[in-house]
Amino acid sequence: MSIRTLCLSACLLLLTACASTPPPRDALYNELGGQAGIEALVETLLFRVSDDARIAHHFKDVNIINLNDRLVEFLCVQSGGPCTYAGKDMAEAHKHVKVAEADFNALVEDLMWAMDQRGLSRRTQNRLLQRLAAMQRDVVRRGQQASLQSAESGAAR
Amino acid sequence: MSSFPPRVSIALVSLAALACCALPAYAGQGRLLATGGATQVEGSAGGGVVPWAVLAGYGTDQQLGGTAFYTRVDTGDYALDAYGAAFTLHNRLELSVARQSFDLGELQRQLALPWDALEQDIFGAKLRVAGDVVYTRMPQISVGVQHKRMRDGTLPLALGARDDQGTDAYLSATKLFLDGAGGYQLLLNATLRNTSANQGGLLGFGGDQRAARSWVWEGSAAVLLDPRLAVGVEYRQKPDNLGFAREDDWRDVFVAWFPNKHVAVVGAWADLGSIATLDDQRGAYVSLQLSF
Repeated sequence: MSIRTLCLSACLLLLTACASTPPPRDALYNELGGQAGIEALVETLLFRVSDDARIAHHFKDVNIINLNDRLVEFLCVQSGGPCTYAGKDMAEAHKHVKVAEADFNALVEDLMWAMDQRGLSRRTQNRLLQRLAAMQRDVVRRGQQASLQSAESGAAR
Repeated sequence: MSSFPPRVSIALVSLAALACCALPAYAGQGRLLATGGATQVEGSAGGGVVPWAVLAGYGTDQQLGGTAFYTRVDTGDYALDAYGAAFTLHNRLELSVARQSFDLGELQRQLALPWDALEQDIFGAKLRVAGDVVYTRMPQISVGVQHKRMRDGTLPLALGARDDQGTDAYLSATKLFLDGAGGYQLLLNATLRNTSANQGGLLGFGGDQRAARSWVWEGSAAVLLDPRLAVGVEYRQKPDNLGFAREDDWRDVFVAWFPNKHVAVVGAWADLGSIATLDDQRGAYVSLQLSF
């Protein structure tokens, strides 16, 4: 086979790879283990969060059963699964909560820990993180109150 | 190792004092692992030789943070030692100091030079202008300066350099694509630098061949195989100002390990091209960073 033919074949292969259909919308849902996988992931995550001194206080007055159910629905919908999310959107749900950047990142770290515990592959983890990352700005409030409260708790430490 | 001049000593002592006394009350580790990057060879947060838009340490918009680093590059003919510290205010402004000591090694033996090393101090400032490396659709964008002062510019000035001090200015854009590289996290960085430095400033600033400042570009790409482990490549274009010796662009391949938010270790293979008439300067690069 000549060099030219080789190059042509390589180009064609690349083109085919690019043109091939994207994975089905529920691929991530299946990678997470479907409904059972997501329920197990959320349970692991919430146990981790309740032990996380950085952010546990944010959840102390929260109805944990309700939070669990909404989170399962939320991740199911985000991963393309056959669910309906009955909760508020992220901005609305966090409207009255003072979530600092560090709080949000702590939750992300807990989620990564939980995904490791569930044995999810690196690529599956990254796909889910990618879908959730855009919500950071809806959750993290950069308002005066949030800054003041964090500054106070920082100074008190 | 020679002693510090008073100015650097004061800066270093101030940073150390901040690290020891002020920081426990306010320092934070609120950003995600590896998002402070490593410390590049001039003391700014970045890769190995390229400054990135990320700021040193792990502090968020409400926290302080910082790093200390030591780096050694050994090409056989030459060796470069660099060390310093950086301090970041509210993930907005990074201030850094670094010293580079360039062991002339083979060149000193060949030319029987009365100097065994060229040294410079680098005072850096970097301002995050927009974006967040992880969370915004746009890249994180920062502007920075690196003010460099040779400790003894006699040799570079004799070789044709115009000045023994100079200031680089740069614009960096850095973005982490969470499932960018076949499902793995991909970090891309592009830096545009305005500089007159010869070999980063170790051979002075401006030259007999070209006195003017130059625009050069620098780029980095890294894949995170794991949140703790990155492999990547870097390229840094350089001006070529001096008549007596050609200057080449720099490039390297690196592995960076972030076992936790306090320690980072970078190992690299660097190709620094021709330096002061000695061609093919390639060798190992090792860097240790501590974060607080």
